[in-house]
Amino acid sequence: MTTLTDPAKGAFRPSMLLYDTRYRSLTLQAIAAIVLALCLMYLYSNLADNLRAAGLNISFGFLADTAGYDINQTLIDYNSQSSNLRAAVVGILNTLLVAFLACVTATIFGVLAGVLRLSPNWLVRKLMAFYVEIFRNIPVLIWIIIIFTIMTAVLPAPSAFRGDDPDSSMLFNLAAFTNRGIYIPGPYFTRGFGLEGNGGLNWILVIAVLIGSLIGTRAVTASANAKQEATGVRPKTLWINLAIWFVPIIVVLFALGLQWDIPALRGFNFGGGIQIGGPLIALWFALSIYTGAFIAENVRAGILSVSKGQTEAAAALGLRPRRVMSLVVLPQALRVIVPPLISQYLNITKNSSLAIAVGYADITATLGGITLNQTGRAIECVLLLMLFYLIISLLISAFMNVYNNSMKLKER
Amino acid sequence: MSDTHAESIPFVRETTLPQAAPPTAERGVYKWGRENLFATPANALLTLVSIYVIYVVLSAILPWVLNGVWNAGSLSECREILAGTRGGCFAVLVDRWEQLFFGFKYPSDQLWRPTLTLVLFFFAVAPVLFFDLPRKLLAFTAVFPFLAYWLIWGGPILVPIVALVGVGAGYVVYSRLVAQSFAGGFFGGIAAAAVVWFLGGYLVDATTGPSSLLDAVPSRDLGGYMLNFMLGVTCVSLSVPIGIALALGRQSSMPLIKWLSVIFIEFIRGVPLITLLFVASVMLAYFFPPNSTVDLFLRVVIMITMFSSAYIAEVIRGGLAALPKGQYEAADSLGLDYAQSMRLIILPQALKISIPGIVNIAVGLFKDTTLVSVISMFDLVGMIRGPILASTDWNGVYWELLGFAALLFFVVCYGISQYSQWLERRLATDHR
Amino acid sequence: MTEAVKTPAQMAVSDEVAISIQNMNKWFGSFHVLRDIDLTVNRGERIVICGPSGSGKSTLIRCINALEEHQKGSIEVDGTLLSSDLKNIDKIRSEVGMCFQHFNLFPHLTILENCTLAPIWVRKTPKKEAVETAMHFLEKVKIPDQADKYPGQLSGGQQQRVAIARSLCMRPRIMLFDEPTSALDPEMIKEVLDTMIELAEEGMTMLCVTHEMGFARQVANRVIFMDQGQIVEQNEPEEFFNNPQSPRTQLFLSQILGH
Repeated sequence: MTTLTDPAKGAFRPSMLLYDTRYRSLTLQAIAAIVLALCLMYLYSNLADNLRAAGLNISFGFLADTAGYDINQTLIDYNSQSSNLRAAVVGILNTLLVAFLACVTATIFGVLAGVLRLSPNWLVRKLMAFYVEIFRNIPVLIWIIIIFTIMTAVLPAPSAFRGDDPDSSMLFNLAAFTNRGIYIPGPYFTRGFGLEGNGGLNWILVIAVLIGSLIGTRAVTASANAKQEATGVRPKTLWINLAIWFVPIIVVLFALGLQWDIPALRGFNFGGGIQIGGPLIALWFALSIYTGAFIAENVRAGILSVSKGQTEAAAALGLRPRRVMSLVVLPQALRVIVPPLISQYLNITKNSSLAIAVGYADITATLGGITLNQTGRAIECVLLLMLFYLIISLLISAFMNVYNNSMKLKER
Repeated sequence: MSDTHAESIPFVRETTLPQAAPPTAERGVYKWGRENLFATPANALLTLVSIYVIYVVLSAILPWVLNGVWNAGSLSECREILAGTRGGCFAVLVDRWEQLFFGFKYPSDQLWRPTLTLVLFFFAVAPVLFFDLPRKLLAFTAVFPFLAYWLIWGGPILVPIVALVGVGAGYVVYSRLVAQSFAGGFFGGIAAAAVVWFLGGYLVDATTGPSSLLDAVPSRDLGGYMLNFMLGVTCVSLSVPIGIALALGRQSSMPLIKWLSVIFIEFIRGVPLITLLFVASVMLAYFFPPNSTVDLFLRVVIMITMFSSAYIAEVIRGGLAALPKGQYEAADSLGLDYAQSMRLIILPQALKISIPGIVNIAVGLFKDTTLVSVISMFDLVGMIRGPILASTDWNGVYWELLGFAALLFFVVCYGISQYSQWLERRLATDHR
Repeated sequence: MTEAVKTPAQMAVSDEVAISIQNMNKWFGSFHVLRDIDLTVNRGERIVICGPSGSGKSTLIRCINALEEHQKGSIEVDGTLLSSDLKNIDKIRSEVGMCFQHFNLFPHLTILENCTLAPIWVRKTPKKEAVETAMHFLEKVKIPDQADKYPGQLSGGQQQRVAIARSLCMRPRIMLFDEPTSALDPEMIKEVLDTMIELAEEGMTMLCVTHEMGFARQVANRVIFMDQGQIVEQNEPEEFFNNPQSPRTQLFLSQILGH
C-alpha cells in the first residue's frame, strides 16, 4: 500500500488512527504491544505467586553444587563429587558425540539407499523403497527401544563368555558383543610423548600427520588441475593420493609403538579396550537408520531434480557417464540435497534427546533428568536445556543460510 | 529395400509399413529380466544379494509368525505350548488388547464410547480430506468435537452443549458482521461466544447433579493407542488456525507482529519436542493462576499444539510464497482490504497447495506423540514399557508387543502418506 | 543476410558419406517408433526433417548420437559403426554436435564454463586454448560480452545461441538440431536462425528437425517428411513445398502453411 499525501494537513481526527494508512500500522502495533505486555504481566504475576506459595525462587546456584550421581559413559573426567554444571557439560559432550556419529552414518545409509532406489535393478529398487517406508512410518522412539532391546535382551551377558566351552565367543577374539555394550580393541602408545597421561601429545601428533596428508592430497589435486589447464591431460592421482594418506601415518604409528589393548574377560566383566555402552549403540544406530530413510528420499529427489535434458546434453557433448555425474549432475543435485540434509542433521540433534528413554547420559538425561529431579529446579533446568538446543539450531541454520546464499543459481 | 540413397531423391513412400512386433530379445519377461535384474554382472550380483537378504529376513520372521501362540495366559504357558520350537507369543495381544488400545484405567464397560468416537471421527474427517464429498457434511464435522468430548470424558451433557451453542452464537454474529468489517465480525463473534459461555456456566453449575447420562472419566484414565490418536488429532486440528495466523504474521509488514511471529516459530522449531513436554509436565503449572488445576493432558495438548503450529506455519508460508505476486496485486486492485483479500483470494489457494505439507507434519506429529511416554503418560509405548512388560505374566515378550506397536503406527502413517501423495498428484493435475 | 544469401544448390555438397542409416528400427516397449529407416547424408548436406508430432523425427536424430538406442539395423557416422562399444559412442559424440529444444545449458556453470567443459574433459584441450576457442565461437554467435554470466541471466534466444556455440567448441563435423526454435518467442527465433544459416553457409553438415519452412527453403538441400515412424517423402525444397506427392505430405503442409 502506498502512502498518499493528505491535503488537509494538521486536521487530525482520532479516527485517522485506524483509517489513515500513515497511522494504521502504528496503531495496530501499539495495540498488539499492549495486549502482549498484559499477557506477559499476567503470566509473570502467576509465576511469582506460585513460586512464593511453594517457597521457591529462581536461582542458578545449584549448578555449582555437587551432583551426587554417577554417569556410566563420559568423555571427560567426572565422578559423583563433580558439580551439576560438570554433569551438564558431560551431557552436552555426549549429545554432540551421538549426534555427530549418527549424522555420519545416517548420511552413509541415506546416500546408499537413495542412489540404490534409482538403480536399474528392480529388486534392489523395491527393497530400498521398503526400507524407506518402514522406517519413515514408525516412530523413532519405537526404533530406539527395539534396538536397545536387541542390545540388552538378545546379546549374551559377559558371564556367557566364561569357561572352557563358553556359550558365546568373541568375534575374531577381538571384539565382544555383550548386553553391557560392545567391547572393541583400543589403541595405545608404548613410545613417544606424554605417556603418563593418556598419550594426549601422541594423539595430537597423529592428528597433525593426518592434516598434513590432507594438505598434501589437496596440493596433488591442485597440481593435477594446473597440469590439465596447461596441457589438457589430467595426470592420474589415485596412487599418489593413497600413498600420501597411508605411508606417513603408518610410519608415525610404528615409530610411536602403537599397540592394541584387546578386551578380555576379567572377573565378571570385560576389561581393557573401548567399551561402547548399549544405550549409545541403540541411540546411534536407531537415529542413523531412521534418519537415513529420510535422507534417502532427499537424495533421490535431488538426483531426480536434475532434468534428463542435462544428462543428455552432457552425453551429447561426449562426456563419459562418470564425468556426467561429477561435472554436471552432482553439482546441481547437491544444491537440492544439502539444505534438507542439514535440517536432517538438526533433526538428529534434536531427536538425540530421546536418549532419556534408554538411559544414555546426554544433556536431556543429565540436566533435564537427574539434576532436575534431585534439585527440583524445574524452571532453571528446562530453560538451560532449551537454550542449549536453541544455540545449536541457530548455529546450524546460520550455516545453512550462508551455504544457500553462496550456492544460489543466478537468474534474471 | 534400401532405395533411398542420397542420389535417389526425390523419394515418395507409396505403402505404409505396418507396426511390427519388436524382436524377441526386446520383448516380454526376457527383456524385463535382462533390463531389470541382470543388465550387467554387477547388477546380477546385486540381484543375488537382494534375494539372499530377503531370504534371511523372511526365514527369520515367517516361522516366528506362523508358529505363533495366540491362546495362553502368560509367557511361561506360551513356552510350554511351543515346547522349544521357535514362535511368537501373540497371546499377550489377545490378553491385553484393552490396555494396548485404551490404557489400563478406562472403565472396561465403557469402551464402546471411544470406539464409537473413532467411527464417528471417520465420518467427520471424510469431507475435510476428500473435496468431492458434499459440503453439507461439514456440518457434522463442526459438531463432532463437542460430541467426541462428551463421549470420551462423559459428565454432564450441558457442558458440550453450552460450548457448542457459544460457538454457534459466535459464528452467527461473525457472519452478520463480516460483510462490513472482518475485525468487527471477529471480535463480535468472540464476544458473543464469551457471553453465552459465561451465562451457560451458571446454568451448568445450577443443574449439576448425579444424573449424567455418561459417567465422567478423568483425563488421567486415558491411555494406550487412543491417547496417541487423541493427541495427534486434537493438536493438529488446533494448530492449523494458529499456524495460519503465524504464517500471516510472519509475512506482515508490521515489524512488531513480524518479529513476534519469527521469534515464536524459530524458538519452537529450535528445541526438541521433549523439552516442550518437560515444560508441560514440570513448568507450565507455574504460569496458571494459583490453586487452579489444569490436568496434564491439557498441558500436553497446549505444548504439542504450540509445537505443531510452528511447523504448520512454515508449510503455509511456503504455500503463500508459491502464489504468484499477481494474485496479491489483482486482489488489491479490486479494492479488497487485507482481511478480504486473504480470506477470499490468497488463503483458499495457499491452503490448497499446503495440504500435502500439512499432512506430512501431521504424520510426523502423530509419531511424536509417543514421546509422552517419557513424561510418564501411558500411551501405547508407555503401556508396553510400563504396566505390560512389568507384569509377572508377560515380562520378556518384547518382540510381539513392540512389533504390534510398530505395525499400528505403520498402518496409520503409511495410509496417511499415501493419501498425501494421492492429493499431491490430484492438485498437480487440477487447473489452478 | 539478404544479399549474401546463396541458394541451397550453390552450397557445396561433397560425395563423401557422412551418415549412413540402413534399415533402422526402434521400439519404445511394444510401440514401433521408427520403421525401416534408410537415410544417407553426404558431407555438407543440410537436411530439414519435418512431420507431425509423434512421428519419430526427434527420436531419429537422437539415435544418431546414441542418446536413444536403436534395436535393429545399422547407423554409421563418419565411417564409425554405432554399436554398444563405448569407444565408438564416444568417438561419434565428440564429432556430432547437438542442440536441444530446451537448450539444456548447465545452470550451475557460466556461459564460458558451459563452452569449455567438454573441450577440457573430452578433447583434453589446455584451458587457455579452450577459452580462446570458446570466445571465438561466442563472438560468432554475437554474445561474447555475456561470457561470465549464468544461463539463467540470458534470454531464450541468447541461451540457444550459447548452446550452438557450446556444440561448436567441440569442432563437430555434423550438427543435429532438435526443434531449436520451438521454445522461443518470435523475435528471438530470427537471431537463432541467422546463426544456423551462417553455419550452413560455411559448409557444416546439418540435420535439423524444425517447422521453420522459410529456413528450409532458404538453406536445406533436402526436406524429409516423416509420419508414423517412416520417411514418407523426401525431395528438394522447391519441389517438396510446391509439388508434394504423398497425400499425407499435402495434408501436413496445408495445415502448417494454411494460416
